[in-house]
Amino acid sequence: MSGSYIILTSLIALLLVFLYLSWVFVSNEIDNKKKTEKRRDFLYTASYALGAVGIGAAAWPLIDQMNPDASVKALATTEVDISSIGPGKSITVLWRGKPVFIKRRTQEEISKAQNIKLTELKDPQKDQDRVKKPEWLVMIGVCTHLGCVPLGDKGDYKGWFCPCHGSHYDTSGRIRKGPAPTNLEIPKYEFIDNNTIKIG
Amino acid sequence: MSEEKYIPKSKIGQWFDSRLPLLSLAHHLREYPTPKNLNYWWTFGAILTFCLITQIITGLVLAMHYVAHADFAFESVEHIMRDVNYGWLIRYFHANGSSMFFLAVYIHIFRALFYGSYKTPREMIWILGMFIYILMMATAFMGYVLPWGQMSFWAATVITNLFSALPIIGEGVVTWLWGGYAVDSPTLTRFYSLHYFLPFLIFALVVLHIWALHIPGNNNPIGIEIKKPSKDTVPFSPYIVVKDLYALIIFLIIFAGIIFFVPNILSHPDNYIKANPMVTPSHIVPEWYLLPFYAILRAVPSKLGGVIVMFSSLFILMFLPWLDTSKVRSMVFKPLSKIFFWILVIDVLVLGYLGAMPPEGWYLFFGRLATIYYFVHFLIILPVLGFKEKTIPLPISLSKPVLDEQIDLTGTKSINNSEILK
Repeated sequence: MSGSYIILTSLIALLLVFLYLSWVFVSNEIDNKKKTEKRRDFLYTASYALGAVGIGAAAWPLIDQMNPDASVKALATTEVDISSIGPGKSITVLWRGKPVFIKRRTQEEISKAQNIKLTELKDPQKDQDRVKKPEWLVMIGVCTHLGCVPLGDKGDYKGWFCPCHGSHYDTSGRIRKGPAPTNLEIPKYEFIDNNTIKIG
Repeated sequence: MSEEKYIPKSKIGQWFDSRLPLLSLAHHLREYPTPKNLNYWWTFGAILTFCLITQIITGLVLAMHYVAHADFAFESVEHIMRDVNYGWLIRYFHANGSSMFFLAVYIHIFRALFYGSYKTPREMIWILGMFIYILMMATAFMGYVLPWGQMSFWAATVITNLFSALPIIGEGVVTWLWGGYAVDSPTLTRFYSLHYFLPFLIFALVVLHIWALHIPGNNNPIGIEIKKPSKDTVPFSPYIVVKDLYALIIFLIIFAGIIFFVPNILSHPDNYIKANPMVTPSHIVPEWYLLPFYAILRAVPSKLGGVIVMFSSLFILMFLPWLDTSKVRSMVFKPLSKIFFWILVIDVLVLGYLGAMPPEGWYLFFGRLATIYYFVHFLIILPVLGFKEKTIPLPISLSKPVLDEQIDLTGTKSINNSEILK
């Protein structure tokens, strides 16, 4: 913070010097044209360049203020108690304003997800790479097509189905059919203990 | 305007310009002939334009994070200060920006007073400027209410209560302004809406102000009419542009110094306490730029009288072009007026000081004295001076006194005009 305004102040001071000099040269119509013109060009270029940097530096806070603020970033992790989820059931929790699906998969669903040839997939990815424990599938419940929330236990592959434009996901959340380009995204998460997941 | 008609060089330019003369406008602004002797007091027009635009931009940004509701306004301002990226910078810029805006506008107004810039044929510029000034005060006041601190709340209460002084309709008007029986959320939301809108109205008036300026052209420190364009003028670009930029940067250095090192020097600590309709702070004062008028308000020992006198002190300025009967514009040539000008400056500063003091004892006495003098200056001294004062002879052109000085150097003895230059 202090660095930013030291830079800003010194920029303003430098700009001041350049502007003053350019003003001096403009107001003194010296005969020696060639020489002064070169100097003048240098001064013009230098002051324009510095001016551009200064305006850029001043514009940055106005742009950055629209990025997620400290209070939003403070909500970047969510802890979830998963002890009450039965086999085959799933819950949806909110993490950074987005729904996250936490599904406790049945043995059948796991084997279905694992025993598939990667060549059949639109976005090839092993089921093992998408989970930390095969029983628990944790993924962001936002369709990779245009951001709708897919419905659970629906679609041709008994996984998820997006009602907006008809994307079908399998029991590993991988895209199988429809317009979505990639699999459902896996957030950063970890198991704190057997009953608690920390997302983010 | 005594300018040649501008015709763009390219075919496309001609096609465009004959349909929408933006190129002609740009050319006019570039070549606009300005008196060559404009001093740094003339740079405040550009500084004020900068202030208005930056206030609008930073305000637009703050509006993205601010919540206009009695329950959330105070917290949302703290949220801006603590959480939003660079929120502290943007808010301090906006809050101190209003003070810098008023500082510049006061210098701008007193420059006009000193050099007689309000006199014919520039009355419209002056009147438009006064409207801008009044709108600025309204906007600043409503902006001050938005953080919903103690000072905000009680400023809103006191200022809106001014209208209760009106006979018969007073109470009704105040209730209408509040949208309730006290200052509360409905008041806050309408102030927010108007605080957002008024700057655009000011912007429109500024366009008219500049338009009206470009008809007769700038006044100048000597205050004589000059031929445009002539040897007495220089084109606006680059001469005035660079001079304005230079002044603007010095202004910005002071501005930056306040924002980065003493951002709260012009505000009151009480405004960091959330609004409480049940407790009034022990000593409430408006922002510094409203203090002279506050002193005038309190100098009158009657509720309605105080309000009338205060508004008169503002509206009297609208009639200044006709109250000043002098034929000569610049006070450079009016030695007596010059003295009274500085007395007026001191009078206004004294009023400002007294506005910040409690209205009792000697403070009140001097407040009344200064208030009376303020009106005496405009209603008696100015009109009489115009007839009575013996002014110094005016030069024929801006270039003339320079020639005189050259004659001076060769040994011919001094002429009044060359002394004027110093």
